[in-house]
Amino acid sequence: MLEVDNIGFRYGDGPWILKNVSFSVEEGERIALLGPSGYGKSTLAKVIAGYVEPAEGKVLWNGKPLPRKGYCPVQLIYQHPEQALDPRWKMEKSLFEAGPLDAEVVKAMGIRPMWFDRWPVELSGGELQRFCVARAMRRETRLLIADEMTTMLDALNQAHIWNVVLGYARRHRMALVAITHNKALAERVAERIVNVPELNRVKVDRSDL
Amino acid sequence: MNDEKEALLDVRNLRVSFESYDARLEKVAFTAISDLGVMVNRGEILAVVGSSGSGKSLLAHAVMGILPENARTGGEMYYRGKPLTVREKARLRGREIAFIPQSVAFLDPLMRVGEQVRGVPGDSLRTKQREAFAHFDLKNETEKLYPFQLSGGMARRVLLSTAYVVDAELIIADEPTPGLDLELALEALKDFRAMADRGKGVILITHDIDLALHVADTISIFYDGRVVETADTDAFGGDGSGLRHPYSRALFGALPQNGFRLDRCPECDGSSATWIVDGKAMRCCCGDARG
Repeated sequence: MLEVDNIGFRYGDGPWILKNVSFSVEEGERIALLGPSGYGKSTLAKVIAGYVEPAEGKVLWNGKPLPRKGYCPVQLIYQHPEQALDPRWKMEKSLFEAGPLDAEVVKAMGIRPMWFDRWPVELSGGELQRFCVARAMRRETRLLIADEMTTMLDALNQAHIWNVVLGYARRHRMALVAITHNKALAERVAERIVNVPELNRVKVDRSDL
Repeated sequence: MNDEKEALLDVRNLRVSFESYDARLEKVAFTAISDLGVMVNRGEILAVVGSSGSGKSLLAHAVMGILPENARTGGEMYYRGKPLTVREKARLRGREIAFIPQSVAFLDPLMRVGEQVRGVPGDSLRTKQREAFAHFDLKNETEKLYPFQLSGGMARRVLLSTAYVVDAELIIADEPTPGLDLELALEALKDFRAMADRGKGVILITHDIDLALHVADTISIFYDGRVVETADTDAFGGDGSGLRHPYSRALFGALPQNGFRLDRCPECDGSSATWIVDGKAMRCCCGDARG
């Protein structure tokens, strides 16, 4: 379904951040990209989701490039929900940005209707992330990339959000790429774990992280 | 006096509220911290763990006396046995009590970092600052850089240097390792352990209970402006049965390595992440008027 074919990425003429990275994800498959900070995990997420163009290689969706228009079947959720929401939109508008959602999803996520009328600054990180995840839980999403989706949340909210996402992925055969540095979490959520340092063999200087 | 056991900081019944004016220009108060108590001894790392909005950063700001002007505080604070008054806070902060903020955004963007680490004009602290930079593996040239020129790791070491230069007794660090994996975070936190082992006290504010378990001696769990439980780190070992409060046990059981467990409300099936802490219990609020 998703095919990442020998991609490389760097900023300008800088050092390679990603080099010769290849892997694929089948429909309904759940994989984890596991690796420490500094190995280009988040850059890889942006490349797969189509946010940035790779300098080399290609990302194929059912044999074709990702669609540039309309709802993208690959959706990216990232670490900081407060940066993924428009601060001048009320929560309801952000939640239904791409159209109506299954009421069951909203309820299972623990989103309270009384929050609809609030601004993003009026909710906690865990509450905001519930909105960000819920708005991607729709039929058109065929692959969800969870880039450290719950790293900034407490353990309870982490288990809660993953529980909803995993249930949804199973029911709708949605594929999942979980990007994390937490091995225990990767083992909980994925069927297959890919070690990023083996996937992306660039030289990494971790002394400045 | 036994230096090992001396309580550096003792906060009792801290209350923080914010006053503001509503649409009808009537004064309203919002209580952010209702009743909070923590204690740090010399030689100890206390981890303050809680989700965002639980009041952990406010605690730090209240101790440092850097809350905004519309904040009202109540309760008592003692530093080395003496009341921590507004005047005392102003005298101690940046000298005996050091605050290590989350990011370089707290530094002056238009001032070279060397000057900021010294904190006072002139050369009186230059030797000490160079010593601090050497201690944290920063080159001498780093002192001429501006905050935006630092990498994440250099920035953190520059911020740590500010505590080193004044040889602070109490260090309050607010999420000093955001987004780092456990291995790197522990590496960064080695310096805190070393400071504690030299008889300093450290308050480590974090949302990451995993991290706290690896470095702290004592852990305080915050929830909605209250301390739910303070326990020795050992209590979090094994099956977590050493923990008393259901919220701490729920947090422990929800860790991926401990079962990834959630409880369900028998009425509405809502997971325990959506419940509220009500005194000594946790409950779902599906029966409440506005749900």
